Amino acid sequence: MKILTCPVNGPRPIQEFTYGGEVRDMPCPDTSTDTQWADYIFNRTGEPGVRREWWHHGPSGVWFVAERDIIGDNVLKTYLWSARETP
Amino acid sequence: MPLNLLKFAFRSDYGEPRMFRRPDRLREEYDVVIIGGGGHGLAAAYYLAVEHGITNVAVLEKSYIGSGGTGRNTAIVRSNYLTEEGARFYQASVDLFRDLSRTLDLNLFYSERGHFTMAHSLASLRTQRWRAEVNKHLGIDSQEVGPDFIKEKIPEIDLTCGGHQPPICGALYHPPGAIARHDAVAWGYARGADQRGCEIHQGVSVTDIEVRDGAVTGVHTDKGFVKTTRVLSAVAGWTTHIQKMVGLRSPLVIHPLQALVTEPLKPWLNAIVVSASLHTYISQSSRGELVAGASLDPYELISMRSTLDFAETMAGHMMDLFPFLGDIKIMRQWAGLCDMTPDFSPIMGTTAIDGFFLDAGWGTWGFKATPISGYAMAHTIATGDNHDLIRPFNLSRFSEFDQVGEKGAASVGH
Repeated sequence: MKILTCPVNGPRPIQEFTYGGEVRDMPCPDTSTDTQWADYIFNRTGEPGVRREWWHHGPSGVWFVAERDIIGDNVLKTYLWSARETP
Repeated sequence: MPLNLLKFAFRSDYGEPRMFRRPDRLREEYDVVIIGGGGHGLAAAYYLAVEHGITNVAVLEKSYIGSGGTGRNTAIVRSNYLTEEGARFYQASVDLFRDLSRTLDLNLFYSERGHFTMAHSLASLRTQRWRAEVNKHLGIDSQEVGPDFIKEKIPEIDLTCGGHQPPICGALYHPPGAIARHDAVAWGYARGADQRGCEIHQGVSVTDIEVRDGAVTGVHTDKGFVKTTRVLSAVAGWTTHIQKMVGLRSPLVIHPLQALVTEPLKPWLNAIVVSASLHTYISQSSRGELVAGASLDPYELISMRSTLDFAETMAGHMMDLFPFLGDIKIMRQWAGLCDMTPDFSPIMGTTAIDGFFLDAGWGTWGFKATPISGYAMAHTIATGDNHDLIRPFNLSRFSEFDQVGEKGAASVGH
């Protein structure tokens, strides 16, 4: 059984989680061009490598961020959005 | 031991002709380089030679031909799609498939079985009715049928699903739905392309694509550099690797999809049985194995591992439909990579880079499109202008807000 660590509830079976897609920055809807907005709406970073992703723990309703290698399926770390490192 | 076999063992050369040559080195320059030796890439090479007389073509395959999605799908061919663009495109593919064994002079075991998409709810039945009406309007043989018709055609089915699922209340019935030997399709196109002068290079990986002033100038491989002005990427689940080399962005995300086969049984299941609610499709191959596929794995992953979760769920759903399968063993299970688009239609044709063509976004609907994709991409590469059938599927639809929402695709629940 694959285990994912929820930053609030600790290690739980993967079946308890829902995948929420990669973490993306929204451009400002008022100032962005149509091209920038279309890029934000449709395009994704589908290529291999480590990515920041949203995950949701169903039973407790916690949304959090996981850093995961999408080739090896290895989760490097998980944390709450509020605990992210801001550059 | 038969005498012929003994004589054969002492021969220094193969008595049987090979399907295609194995060129020992890459040429310096090709008119067209095709990345990916699956059905789509090989079909494109074949039609470039046959329809357009372009034979200075290299197909570069990092593994062996047909080792990716081509050999990992559940081999179903149908055209009962929901959008006009989709239905027209897949119908053209079915038309090519019907004559393909003769065209390629190779038995593809193309077998029309009738394709049922079971509905377990009124909402689902409504979608099936919608699909049937759209199909009829476009001249495609589809109809909505009731439980009695289903039971008559597939007597073994348990319409109540043993009480584990909502009962089957009707289906979309598509008589031309067929299955074919998928590896033979790749081999047939490979042989045809090779006989006309195209080169098939197995075990060659593309490491980079050279782009100067917005145009393709060549391809770097692990066996050296080749000059070319036209590159076709036909790598499906590996498209996100390739698009990065030329700096293109796309909506593609990769999910695995798993499938399995059981031990061979005497022929009992003629039809192709699909349940959109159970995310299950089952058919019996010409070898007697039951081939069954599921929906996508729930999160993005570029890996072809298969899981016990899948085998368990799949076995459960197969037994909901056909309870007597409880005693049957699963022989193999595997996963293939699906490059998914948000509108469940492919991404095909020209791109913003001159000479770089995409044949991607094949998600869960790639095998059935093999002949027409090769045909349309060959036209597009030879003329530089998108073929009419694939114009709606251009990558530019995602910057022009002009998607083709295809709810008739295999992975869409309805």
